[in-house]
Amino acid sequence: MTRTPLRRFADYAVLSVLAFIFVLPVLYLILGSFKPSDQVLSGLTGFLPTHLSFDNYTSVLDSFDSEATGYFWRFMGISVLLSTVVVLGGLIINSMAAYGLTRLKWRGQKAVFTVVLLLMLVPFEAVAVPLFYMFNDQRNTIYIQAIPFIANAFSLYQFATFFRAIPSSIEEAARIDGAGPWRTFFAIIVPMSKPAFASVAILTFLTQWGSYLWPVLMVSDPSVRPLPLEMGVFSVQQPVDWGQILAFGVLLVLPVLIVFAFFQRWFIQGVASSAVKG
Amino acid sequence: MKTVEPAHAAPSGRDKAPPATTAKPPRPARKSRDWVPGLLMSAPALGGLIAFVGVPFVYAIVLSFYNVRLGSPVPPTFFGLEQYRRIFTDPDMSGPFLRALTNNLTFAVVVVPVQTGLALALAILLNRKLKAIGLFRSLFFMPVVFPMALVAVIWRLILARSDQGLLNSALDAVSFGNWGAFDWLGDGLTAMASVIVLSIWQGVGFQMVILLAGLQQIPSELYEAAQLDRASRWQQFRHVTLPGMRGTLVFVAMLTSVLAFRVFDQVYVLVNGGGLDEDATRTVMYQAVTTAFNQNNIGQGSAITVVFFLIVVVLTLIQRRVVRPGNED
Repeated sequence: MTRTPLRRFADYAVLSVLAFIFVLPVLYLILGSFKPSDQVLSGLTGFLPTHLSFDNYTSVLDSFDSEATGYFWRFMGISVLLSTVVVLGGLIINSMAAYGLTRLKWRGQKAVFTVVLLLMLVPFEAVAVPLFYMFNDQRNTIYIQAIPFIANAFSLYQFATFFRAIPSSIEEAARIDGAGPWRTFFAIIVPMSKPAFASVAILTFLTQWGSYLWPVLMVSDPSVRPLPLEMGVFSVQQPVDWGQILAFGVLLVLPVLIVFAFFQRWFIQGVASSAVKG
Repeated sequence: MKTVEPAHAAPSGRDKAPPATTAKPPRPARKSRDWVPGLLMSAPALGGLIAFVGVPFVYAIVLSFYNVRLGSPVPPTFFGLEQYRRIFTDPDMSGPFLRALTNNLTFAVVVVPVQTGLALALAILLNRKLKAIGLFRSLFFMPVVFPMALVAVIWRLILARSDQGLLNSALDAVSFGNWGAFDWLGDGLTAMASVIVLSIWQGVGFQMVILLAGLQQIPSELYEAAQLDRASRWQQFRHVTLPGMRGTLVFVAMLTSVLAFRVFDQVYVLVNGGGLDEDATRTVMYQAVTTAFNQNNIGQGSAITVVFFLIVVVLTLIQRRVVRPGNED
């Protein structure tokens, strides 16, 4: 496609204006997190880079320092722990199941896979209330926040689509060499499926890190609270300290942003493949 | 997301390959030779899915026929369709739920076309070979990684009701001081619009990425041919891009409508202390959670959940029906 310099300039102009509007809220968040509270909610001057300091960050880390308020690093630790368990556990069991259900031959395998496809129709929201009732006596534990999310029909399905595209000759060669299904899977299939693992891992991490509904239902004790839930609690505590709230917000989003910056390609591919490949 | 056809396509291809080599392996043995490892490998995920999706799902249906209250000394009693009657037709009790249903419908009716349209526009703008295009893609995608709890906080500041709120002071500046402070979140007229705007800001990058992948699958020869025919940019969009994107667009629109009915986080955060008008913005999921969690009314919360699920299933089935033929031609 040929493009004149004028058109090229127009493209950049439109994109830049749109991108600027899009980034404004993020800019406001970051600037505000370095400003004293009374300078945050102060009209358009909220965008002026004045009075900047790390005070909000140090106060956030300092003010969460008792059992009653919870500890900041504990919220962070809980979130990291939950994401790690859900992502790693999910990668292992969902990929294994996808392999067992699509590449191994056994009676009833297709029927079971169809059941998985049906379960994929059920969003978490549709089971949140009964799960809350079923596990009501496990409230305020750490494990109940992670366990329901490890097995995931959509991840399983994503692995299944990927594994199906692997030529069966590869497995047959492994089998002839005497490798059983387990070894074939772990030594051959897993290493050649890195893209699938990467995109499933990232999508799972993204959903888990920001997860809000389940913690609302299951967690009231600050000592097992994950970050996003505390974000909601902290942001409405009186007196409202906007500077600190925004600093908290930056610390909440920073880990995902870092992961995003490093694995951007996989984020975008993961999202795109979830739709286009199907 | 739409599925199944590879399931019967794959085995037939595999069955054809082996006979060429040596004697046919005995069919029945081959058919189920892997059932022990197959079952063992699938067991953990299947167990999890049954325990945390299948069982609670059936349980939701069962609970919706009972009068169950959390922490109540009264044992659950069978209630028949009473919960459904209450949420749909009882003049005293159906109000909030029906409001939630219409709110959610409004949200979907606005968000689906607007967000899909905006995502398509962005995708087309970004589907160019320009320098730094990757940076632009990342910028538009970035809000997708923001947890909703944080997005709600940022927009609470932007839409704050004081004259120091970002939007209010910007409007004040462009109107030369004639704009009085307006309570965007708290006013029944603009509360839903506010939720819509912040939801689109957070979510549009997701749809954009899917559409971008769809655009890249349209063969560039089609555009070259159109250019030889002196088709204008608009004609190329109308006669090459749109037909080529039909399947992806329908998919994205349906995906967005399912997501629209799952809206909960931002409404919950903003109503609880953020000054968002509750009645104007309550959604179906918000209603399910407040009924079950704040009022301990598990039976009615389950009934709302079941209605929510039926809406989602209908939308998903429409999606599959519409997308399939579109992709085949």
